[in-house]
Amino acid sequence: MEPSAKEDKQPKPRLIVRLGIFLASHHILFSALCCSAGIMALLFLPSLAKNTYLSENALIPGSANPLFSSEDVTEANKFIKGIEAAAGESRGGMEMSKFIVQQMKDLGAEVCYHEFLPHSKHFHPLKFFTSMTNDLAVRPNGTYSNSGTNTIGIIRAPRGDGKEAIVLVTPYNPQKVQANEVLSLALGFSVFSLLSRAAWLSKDIVWLSADSQFGEYTAVSAWLNQYHNPMFVGGVKHEPDGIAEKAEFTDFKRAGTMAAALIFKVGETRNYGDRDSVTMYAEASNGQMPNLDLLNVVHYLAVHRQGFRVNIETISSLLSSAWLRAIAEVIHTLGSILRKINPDWKLDITASDYVEGTANLASSIYNQALGVPTGSHGAFRDYQVDAVSLEFSPTFYIRNENAKSSFLVRGGRLLEGVVRSVNNLLEKFHQSFFLYFLTAPSKFISVGVYMIPFALLVAPLPIVAAALADGSRKKGESIDASKTKGSADNLPTEVGSWKWLQAARVLLVIQLWAVIVSLLPYYISQIPDGTPIQSSVIWVVLAILTLIVLYAMFGSPYSAGVEWKLLKATMITSISIGLGLMSIINFATAQLGALIVIPMCLFSRPLKAQLGMSFLPRTVLCASNILLAIFGFPPAALLIMKGLSKGSWTVDLGDFWASMEFLWEWSSATYLYLFLVHLPCWLLCIHVLLHPCRQVGSKVKRE
Amino acid sequence: MVPPSTAQRLCFLSLLLLLLLLAAAASATADAAAAEEFTEELLLRPLPDRKALAHFHFRSSAPPASAAGRHHLLFPKAISQLVQKFHISELELSFTQGRWNYEQWGGYDPMSTNNAKPPGVELWAIFDLPLAEIDATWKNLTHTLSGLFCASINFLESSTAFSAPRWGFKLNEGNLRYGALPREAVCTENLTPWLKLLPCRDKAGIASLLYRPSVYKGYYHSQKLKLKSSQSLGIILDQTLTVVLQPNTVSGKQLHSTGGQLQPSWSMEHLFSKKLSGKCLVSKSSRVFVEIEKGIVDNVDKAGSDVSWNNDLFVLSTAPDRSLKELDNLEVQSSSLYEYDVNNYNNDKPLNVGITWKLPLIWSCTRAPYHASRFLMGSGNERGSIAMSFLSTGLDKQLVDSSNDCSIKAVVFQVVPWYVKIYYHSLEVFIDGNSKAISEVVDKIHVTPSEDKLLPGTMEMLLKFPCSMQLATLTLDFDKGFLHIDEYPPDANQGFDIPSALVSFPEFNSSRSYPEADPLFVSPLLENFKEDGVVKSYTEVLLVPLTTPDFSMPYNVITFTCTVLALYFGSLLNALRRRIGEEERGLKKADKRRGLIPLLIAKLRGQKVDPSESESTSPASLLRSKLLLKVVFVAVVAIVFHYLSNS
Repeated sequence: MEPSAKEDKQPKPRLIVRLGIFLASHHILFSALCCSAGIMALLFLPSLAKNTYLSENALIPGSANPLFSSEDVTEANKFIKGIEAAAGESRGGMEMSKFIVQQMKDLGAEVCYHEFLPHSKHFHPLKFFTSMTNDLAVRPNGTYSNSGTNTIGIIRAPRGDGKEAIVLVTPYNPQKVQANEVLSLALGFSVFSLLSRAAWLSKDIVWLSADSQFGEYTAVSAWLNQYHNPMFVGGVKHEPDGIAEKAEFTDFKRAGTMAAALIFKVGETRNYGDRDSVTMYAEASNGQMPNLDLLNVVHYLAVHRQGFRVNIETISSLLSSAWLRAIAEVIHTLGSILRKINPDWKLDITASDYVEGTANLASSIYNQALGVPTGSHGAFRDYQVDAVSLEFSPTFYIRNENAKSSFLVRGGRLLEGVVRSVNNLLEKFHQSFFLYFLTAPSKFISVGVYMIPFALLVAPLPIVAAALADGSRKKGESIDASKTKGSADNLPTEVGSWKWLQAARVLLVIQLWAVIVSLLPYYISQIPDGTPIQSSVIWVVLAILTLIVLYAMFGSPYSAGVEWKLLKATMITSISIGLGLMSIINFATAQLGALIVIPMCLFSRPLKAQLGMSFLPRTVLCASNILLAIFGFPPAALLIMKGLSKGSWTVDLGDFWASMEFLWEWSSATYLYLFLVHLPCWLLCIHVLLHPCRQVGSKVKRE
Repeated sequence: MVPPSTAQRLCFLSLLLLLLLLAAAASATADAAAAEEFTEELLLRPLPDRKALAHFHFRSSAPPASAAGRHHLLFPKAISQLVQKFHISELELSFTQGRWNYEQWGGYDPMSTNNAKPPGVELWAIFDLPLAEIDATWKNLTHTLSGLFCASINFLESSTAFSAPRWGFKLNEGNLRYGALPREAVCTENLTPWLKLLPCRDKAGIASLLYRPSVYKGYYHSQKLKLKSSQSLGIILDQTLTVVLQPNTVSGKQLHSTGGQLQPSWSMEHLFSKKLSGKCLVSKSSRVFVEIEKGIVDNVDKAGSDVSWNNDLFVLSTAPDRSLKELDNLEVQSSSLYEYDVNNYNNDKPLNVGITWKLPLIWSCTRAPYHASRFLMGSGNERGSIAMSFLSTGLDKQLVDSSNDCSIKAVVFQVVPWYVKIYYHSLEVFIDGNSKAISEVVDKIHVTPSEDKLLPGTMEMLLKFPCSMQLATLTLDFDKGFLHIDEYPPDANQGFDIPSALVSFPEFNSSRSYPEADPLFVSPLLENFKEDGVVKSYTEVLLVPLTTPDFSMPYNVITFTCTVLALYFGSLLNALRRRIGEEERGLKKADKRRGLIPLLIAKLRGQKVDPSESESTSPASLLRSKLLLKVVFVAVVAIVFHYLSNS
């Protein structure tokens, strides 16, 4: 009766507090609801996609008649003949670039060469995001055999003020000339020659034929680096190969602020399919995307004007998977039921659309989450330039002249149209979305929609943490109460409320370990002649050693007697902070990470604590715990992903090293996420799983 | 009889006065007609890159104001009023579209030094006023000019837009003001008021060639107005229009790359779609010149023929009335001029001068000692650098013997708006790949640092480059500032312009002299060429992307702020007006008082309403179930309503 009387006297707490307490008391139900709703929302994403629309009115794509005509095609054919002849007598590819320069000069364009060295990327922890721009390529004296040469032509807009420029890029490999690369160069040249005669230009045109013998990205990023951050020291003029003509073009030429860039190449020809197709690649580093309007213009012109089929990257294995089709049917039924309730909810997309949308969406999320650009457009995004790569895949043999010329006309008109639209822009791209996923070339999911599943997944975390902390405190209080009842010692009664400090210390030690582990590769990669397997073994061994040393220094988590509930509460707090931060840097990574980490965190429960349960829930909990713990370990996750995608289940430690190297070479924030958020969370989960479940209170009692 | 007589006298007097006035006016106009002059000239020149340059030059001059009174015959009154009101001693206003190509069209001749202007509007003026009054006068002047020329010159009014260079632009005693608007679009609405200043407008004379579509189709278009006024000379107004055109000789279709190697033969009709049929009748002289550049003259010399209008390489379509030889400041023949007097042509026999090439010819123009270009470095919205590079064109090797201590001077004048916050101490100089100490290169520097929202930064710099230098680069770091939301111009997302910098080479002079011309032959165009002209070149306009707010953001901010304020005031009021004691009493009362529905239910059940009973039974459970019922009821009503309204 006594406590109830007390409660009566106390004023009623505020509504929001009551709500919080209510949610915390039902935290298991709440988190189950939220998580399942989050996953449901994620599954509904393809049906929530909207059709793209042009938001910037100035673009007006396709409003002008294209000027690209059959004469330009003959020009292109002439160019192909010329460059093939030049490639025939090639000495290390110089003849080709000389030929291109001569052709551009004949058009009245300004031309220059840009020489670059492929700089090997190194992992530099202190310059994680800036390492691309600031490292100085050291020129080895006298040996220029391994340098690449970009060829640049600039058309000055006749009446323009030269403040802005549009960049066209065609990558080609002068060392190994292929028919499709020659075709893309010819396409580029014919568009360039058309633009050199265009009276409507208001922005300068830069045509970069990038030397892709070290990869397209290297060539383009080297040029961009020279354009934006030139080095004035030590750039002494030299005449490679003693070509006198070349010397006059080594002076680097510029053309204002870049408005947009278009990278295009002709891919392998296909013999199936009814129409020529264009594949758009847009993902740049760390999930950055170009403005959606740029993709819209390309899509609109390609589909509605030039009759191309536009594709985006897709995960083709999903297209044929049976379980996805089953989900699609369910979603379709659900959608049509919802449609009956409210005709405005247009959620019932057909199963085949859903499957296709999911495959595209999965690829879109994966590419963004990986944080590695899907092509050389990524180099432009690093300088805040909107860029998109187009890969044409024509459906004819290269030798078929008629089909080739019709392809050239349509491709040329597409490029001309896009350049014309961008040329119309007065302001830079800013109207449309920058944060979006694509489910089809003409369908997108904007940030406002794709945030919902993530928000639903993250929502239970603070509630669960609060509930756990509260539960542990109450227990502590009751213990304290019993203590004070049992013995009239003046033991500090606030022990319970400050217990979380112990857990926080454990968390900090583990975070410190994670930072050290993430920095280790910098030193390991400096070991000469290390195979990937050796490196990764060293890495793992060093990581374990560090953990042991740290425990020796600061004490192991169990020795301090931290309660598992408090440990779990701190872990959940830290993971919610980590996910929140990551969602700002790269949303897709956070979204995918949340799918793995959140169930892992919420399910984790000491194996010993489960002993008290009945058989069925115990086995389920135990199995899911172990499964999630395995799946949450980055190397294991990588292996499983590899196995699922490729079907090869060979355990190779070197693979892990290689993929991590891949991530840090591209300075992807996913690497940071994996090692600073995911790994400590996983380790804490393991700690919770293996918690001995001895109570401090009982220890004290026994004493 | 007294009143009529007075009336008669008055009448007589007024008549006399009128006569006197008329006589005075007649004499004044006679004087003015004697002194006021108008001349019109046109210079045509083939350019190395298959284009042609046309330079129109109109000069109106008025005698000193005291002699002429307020009336003019030929001279535009608007201009003379402008000069008198604002006490202008010199003024130059230019409207330019396109860029002058210093590599192809010349950088070392009077045309490029005087008539190549930066894109947009450039205005400078020297005032004959005490220094304290100049800024206010400048502001009024900008407004007047903006009305006169249909342009937004009034944006130069704000103190952030103009500067007062001392020696970098033109040597003065602090009475010069300079401003530039790089973004100003130039079109016919600026040309029409400019033409209105001419006595014949574009109805007759050389100005009638200005067929708008062909003039605005050109590659470069710069219209300029230059005023000079002094007590002794009166006012001299020079109006020039410089256009670079592509002669449309091939009808309709433009040349493809393969066929485009030859120089096109062209005539006036190809350039302007018009022929010249007679002069403006009030003009004192009306002439057309065809200038053949040094590059061609050298070629003709090499071919062994005389540089006449009909030689081995080219032929002019009409025989010139006179031919002149130009000597540059080193007394070397630089080019030849062929003169046509428009007096000799009329409607029946229009002038259509042109050039026909006999042999394919490639030549190049004379270039300035250094090709100056400016570019931005860095990316992102935080900071960046401005770099200015000087690339040797090889001219110095010809002109100056390259001894070790020889040097070439260059003056840089640059105005930077305040939101590009330049750190002048970060000036770095690199010569041929080596970093140099600033004292080695910079002879003299004068910097007016920018003040936020008040003053632009101005930099005047005298540089001294070694003669053997190939490439010099100057870099300056800057931070990008933030603007207040209403300071953003329309189309803010385009970025912000940094006006062109001016580079001049004081040791190089582009003036020409004409030794063979007879003293009676007066041509204002050639007079301008004879004037002392330091070689100048303007650099590119730069576009700096600044952070731009999302301009729909104010709406979001308003909603967010209102929500926060509502929450704050709501809880504050709640806390202030709540009295805990009263509330507890109220709660107790509420326990006694029961809702209407339970009362009814109780009535229906036939229970007796007993306050004592209600205390003993737990009221909380009843309340909760009631709440639940209410919620369910509302939800059901809502769903039913929604369903009905939709179907």
